[in-house]
Amino acid sequence: MIEFIAADTCNACQRCVEICPTAVFDATPAGPPRIARPESCQTCFMCELYCREDAIFVGPDAERIEGFDPETIRRAGLMGEMRRQHGWDEWQGDPRYPNDHWRMEQVFERARTLAAG
Amino acid sequence: MTTAMTDGFDLQTDVLVLGGGMAGAWAAIGARRAGAAVVLVEKGWVGTSGVTATAGPGHWWVPPADRPAAIARRLAQSGGLNQADWMQAILETTWDNLPTLADVYDFPRDDQGVPRYRALRGPEYMRALRRKMQALGVTIIDHAAAQGLLRHGDGSIGGARGLRVPSGAPWRVAAGAVVIATGGTAFRSHLLGAHNNTGDGYLMAVEAGAQLSGMEFTSVFCVAPARTTMTRTMSFAFATYYDADGAVLPIGGPDITRPLAQALRRGPVYADLSRTPADIRQRVPTISPNFMLPFHRWGIDPYQDRFPVTLYGEGTIRGIGGIAVETRDCATAVPALFVAGDAATRERVAGAISGGGNINSAWALSSGLWAGRGAARHAATVRRVDGGDPPPAPEPTSNPASGPASNLGGQRAEILAQVQRVMLSYDSGLWRDGATLRADLAGLNDAWQQLGQARGDIAGRELMAMLATARLSLTAALARRESRGIHQRLDYPETDPAQARRIRIGGLTHPVATPEPNPLELTA
Repeated sequence: MIEFIAADTCNACQRCVEICPTAVFDATPAGPPRIARPESCQTCFMCELYCREDAIFVGPDAERIEGFDPETIRRAGLMGEMRRQHGWDEWQGDPRYPNDHWRMEQVFERARTLAAG
Repeated sequence: MTTAMTDGFDLQTDVLVLGGGMAGAWAAIGARRAGAAVVLVEKGWVGTSGVTATAGPGHWWVPPADRPAAIARRLAQSGGLNQADWMQAILETTWDNLPTLADVYDFPRDDQGVPRYRALRGPEYMRALRRKMQALGVTIIDHAAAQGLLRHGDGSIGGARGLRVPSGAPWRVAAGAVVIATGGTAFRSHLLGAHNNTGDGYLMAVEAGAQLSGMEFTSVFCVAPARTTMTRTMSFAFATYYDADGAVLPIGGPDITRPLAQALRRGPVYADLSRTPADIRQRVPTISPNFMLPFHRWGIDPYQDRFPVTLYGEGTIRGIGGIAVETRDCATAVPALFVAGDAATRERVAGAISGGGNINSAWALSSGLWAGRGAARHAATVRRVDGGDPPPAPEPTSNPASGPASNLGGQRAEILAQVQRVMLSYDSGLWRDGATLRADLAGLNDAWQQLGQARGDIAGRELMAMLATARLSLTAALARRESRGIHQRLDYPETDPAQARRIRIGGLTHPVATPEPNPLELTA
């Protein structure tokens, strides 16, 4: 579930309010959006993908807020992982983050070969 | 015209598309290509909402020369009910149209420099479809939940109405034809990206007099790390499963669902991914960028550490039931109403087993394009008949939203839990029997009576749709007195050739199952 919006890195663009598919956030006039309906969060990580400032963090547990500490998460390098791995925005074209999705069928093929062998 | 997130609106168009996932987007594209003015409304946001946006659909993608063999293979394994000509048609349509996204999707090239079209990453795919629709001039309205269809005096559909999310402001669109592309439902099982998929389109269609088909084929489950939503299964091809004592469980091969479900009935099950080859481990994050997120955040190394797993029901999303398709352009039996994607039955292409990602994706693309084109052609005839005048004011097909939100919050939670118990538990889904189905259905019918007074808001309507879908599904499951494909009954364990026919289902107060008159010829 949605854990936090880091107030110091959020630039108040309100983009997450717009793109969240389940209307978790409410816009505010100037500051970070308000997490208005956390119970509607479907733990899809899409807000992280669309946050250019890497200011949003979603916890893996789909049923409860776990209370992750923003500073610990940031120091562990876990902010923005979704966006980076997708090669989204400024990461587009970075040779470390290619779109290898098409290789999935090769992976399944390898698994079948290993199982048969 | 306003599309500010919270405002109501009142519009008129040729084609109205309900739902902005993959099928809805392709429907809008198909309708625009046929020259119609198109409005698409989406409950969430086109690009992030639905099960395509959070996954990575591979399409059924077969070169022309290999198609006869691919179709024959599928017919042989899918328990009948599907048709070679429809399968051929989705293969052709997918092959011809997926590359037309090259201006909005950066198709990667393989190690030989050949562009790979078959499988697309979800968020990138939906972003591309949004851009394509914008370039074609589709009016996209996000955060607008459809609550019901509008119907003319002659019974034909003339638009839809609904509420903005979350403001609740009312909206209404009059249209010459409507495409329902609202997806399937997994009954809020935590299947990734499925929260908005509450079966709204099934409810609207049945209210308008359409039938559903294939609703007995709903027993599909997906493995995931427990408590997460991460139903990305690729890496589980290398999983080793353990019981609570650390003993390795015999779970593997092409179908892990039944052995895993049996193990989970006995107690917690754990997995690790230690058999994953090193080169694949390295590529997992660039193949499925979201798969490792839960592990990293919990400090788990899945290649060494064991983690608890669960199975999530996928309902009609990976199941195959939906609104009955009457013609090649995906018209329903209700005039001016068309259907695409998981909202439609996929029996004609998938048969009696799950279409998996491949066939379902090819179906979503193809049925979208066909329904969009069919709706555009229908809307053009409506325009001619009316001589350019607006159609007569359509009437709602269900009671319009009225009054404050129900105060039956606790009761609603109980009803959802009841629906989930029936539709998502392994016992009810994987090992069916008549007595249990009848008891479950009686319970859901009671819940339907209770819910009758409490449907005036978005959440109430969603619950009503899930409950209606569950009742229709159980009614179909009772009517199929045999085991076929993913519908397996303990009391009728054999497949009965006389029942090689699709089962139609309709009605909300008293759902009725009607087998189609003629058994389908088994091609296999």
